[in-house]
Amino acid sequence: MADRYEDPQRVDLRVHVGDLILRNPVMPASGCFAIEYREALDLNRLGALVIKSVSPKSRAGNPTPRVAETHGGMLNSIGIPSKGLEYFRASVLPPYTAYDTPVVVSISADTAEEFAAACAEVSLPEVAAIEANISCPNLEADGMAFAMAPETTYRAISAIRRCTQHPVWAKLTPNAANVAAVAKAAEEAGADAVVMGNTVLGMAIDVRTRKPKLGNVMGGLSGPAIKPIALRMVHQCHRAVRIPVIGCGGIATAEDALEFMLAGASAVQVGTASFIDPGVMQKIIDGLQAYCEQEGIAHLRELTGAVQLDRQLTDRWLRFAQQSG
Amino acid sequence: MNAIVCEPAVATNAGCAARVASYHCEVMEHRWVNARYKYLRLHAQAPLARITRCGQFYQLRCPVSERQQPFLLRPMSVYGTGPEEGTIEFLYNVTGVGTRALAELPVGGTMEIVGPLGNTFGFDPAYQRILVVARGVGLATMAPLVREAGNNGVAVTALMSARSPADLMREEFLRGVEAQVHSVYDSDGSSAVERIEILLRELIETQALQAVYTCGSHRLLMLLQRVLADYPGIRGEVAMEQRMACGMGVCLSCVRLFDCGKEKGGKQDMQFLRVCREGPVFPISTVVGEVEFG
Ligand SMILES: Cc1cc2nc3c(=O)[nH]c(=O)nc-3n(C[C@H](O)[C@H](O)[C@H](O)COP(=O)(O)OP(=O)(O)OC[C@H]3O[C@@H](n4cnc5c(N)ncnc54)[C@H](O)[C@@H]3O)c2cc1C
Ligand SMILES: Cc1cc2nc3c(=O)[nH]c(=O)nc-3n(C[C@H](O)[C@H](O)[C@H](O)COP(=O)(O)O)c2cc1C
Ligand code: FES
Repeated sequence: MADRYEDPQRVDLRVHVGDLILRNPVMPASGCFAIEYREALDLNRLGALVIKSVSPKSRAGNPTPRVAETHGGMLNSIGIPSKGLEYFRASVLPPYTAYDTPVVVSISADTAEEFAAACAEVSLPEVAAIEANISCPNLEADGMAFAMAPETTYRAISAIRRCTQHPVWAKLTPNAANVAAVAKAAEEAGADAVVMGNTVLGMAIDVRTRKPKLGNVMGGLSGPAIKPIALRMVHQCHRAVRIPVIGCGGIATAEDALEFMLAGASAVQVGTASFIDPGVMQKIIDGLQAYCEQEGIAHLRELTGAVQLDRQLTDRWLRFAQQSG
Repeated sequence: MNAIVCEPAVATNAGCAARVASYHCEVMEHRWVNARYKYLRLHAQAPLARITRCGQFYQLRCPVSERQQPFLLRPMSVYGTGPEEGTIEFLYNVTGVGTRALAELPVGGTMEIVGPLGNTFGFDPAYQRILVVARGVGLATMAPLVREAGNNGVAVTALMSARSPADLMREEFLRGVEAQVHSVYDSDGSSAVERIEILLRELIETQALQAVYTCGSHRLLMLLQRVLADYPGIRGEVAMEQRMACGMGVCLSCVRLFDCGKEKGGKQDMQFLRVCREGPVFPISTVVGEVEFG
């Protein structure tokens, strides 16, 4: 189907995430985007619209202060303030579905069963995919989450899989020790894609007041500070699974997005960077376009996983290094 | 866009084109006004004066220096705009990492600002007299309101509170607008709440005020809430602060609890509202005076 927001003369920026075709790989990260950004961006030009996570239970969110800046990034402990799914369907979702861009609903929940029921409830025709935020570090005690281990990941995703025909994206956490194993568990449980990943659990203290800088004591680190970690994990996931990997963590420029694609991402999510410039996602899309033109790339999606690895390098190095004393 | 609290802002601006942007600005003037405050005048190739309303704010991208490396943007009220279309002014307290870095920005340098953000003061040009109650940076936020009153022939009474006469910034606040000014200081004890209460009640009783605005002091805010409860006919508004990340209503970091009156069942309707979006201007009566979660 032709996309009327796409210029046929230009490079093909379309990417595939499972059965879903996006007009370009750039979409917001959950919690770092809301309908208000239509005042700063043309939402018809983004690859997808990912909404802030909603939980089936009503909750107030975490105590303030909820954000603190750190070197090259920020900590947040927003939590998932929620007025429940009924309110979400009636009042939150409709303005997003007015655009010609696939809408992704992100779900957070406390148990596998609650996850499954919530995903079933938002499996609506106007929703293109469901992102299961099995990684939010703020909600469970000390940041424990489903995606910390392959077993709990499998349990949550397979429960969800039984309850919906919609594409399911599993949002993983960089706090897990072995993300490749977690990604594999998500794939085996029937996830259509993995999103790698959420924030890195962190903490900051004000040395004058001796108080934690966040009301919640600990929170999630995001922004450029976590980019190398997220990039490495995207690459590990890409090697471990066949389903698409969506990269997320510290992406602020087209070059960052390209790095994630080369490492194995089929698409990317932009979070914190929008707080510094609400128009940044469009600038990233324009930058991808310019890169493809300069490099003579006809289809951007060919870059996925195209990092040039020299598999014999280590062997050659070992032989070379033998010369040393 | 006025301070009508407790209604979701989601429905407003429906379908409107891009309005908020990151504007590239040149520093035209940048100087100290006293030991702690700096005045900053920027120019952008965009009609900032036309698109910015009284009470709104921008988020400033403070420069990164070797010593200071701010990451998030800093929310700052618009101190003034014009006369040129692209001119915008800020008046800020040099306190922490971001504002210290900002203070080093030379004339001729450049910086990005994101906005305009937030709602506006509720002001009616038909008012006869307004009272502005200011302390510290609060005067930067309310200066455009004083100017608007002046432009519309609305009389202004100003109650200004400061540590000492050297900190008052009376001229910076009024900027040539004629006003009846009452100054109170910590240094001579005249800023004590009990003494201000007497002054406030006297002003309200003797002057036909239609509206009272405040910014810059939690103590004065709580006093005004108590006093204005006796005068329900007077509009009372406050510009609030809270830690922000996005400044646009997206991230939910800047919430505060507000008392939105009685629900149908008679229960108090308490709601978390975003200072950057439903605010920064709120009706004084709705503020919940909780200081622990500041
Ligand atoms: C809507 C609004 C309008 C404002 N208008 C003005 C103004 O006109 N003039 C002025 O001098 N100040 C104003 N402030 C306060 C100003 O934002 C802070 O003084 C400034 O962010 C301090 O930054 P810093 O890096 O110097 O301090 P740091 O303490 O190093 O800042 C650390 C973090 O805390 C945040 N922070 C610290 N103090 C405040 C505060 N009071 N409010 C919100 N966030 C804070 C910073 O933004 C930063 O993210 C306003 C605040 C808000 C919310
Ligand atoms: C303020 C804030 C709120 C967030 N809320 C959510 C959320 O509700 N659900 C979720 O899955 N991730 C949430 N995240 C994580 C982001 O989606 C993203 O995974 C993370 O910030 C890393 O990307 P970034 O460095 O580009 O921001 C949030 C992040 C921030 C900064
Ligand atoms: S600062 Fe993000 S919602 Fe107000």
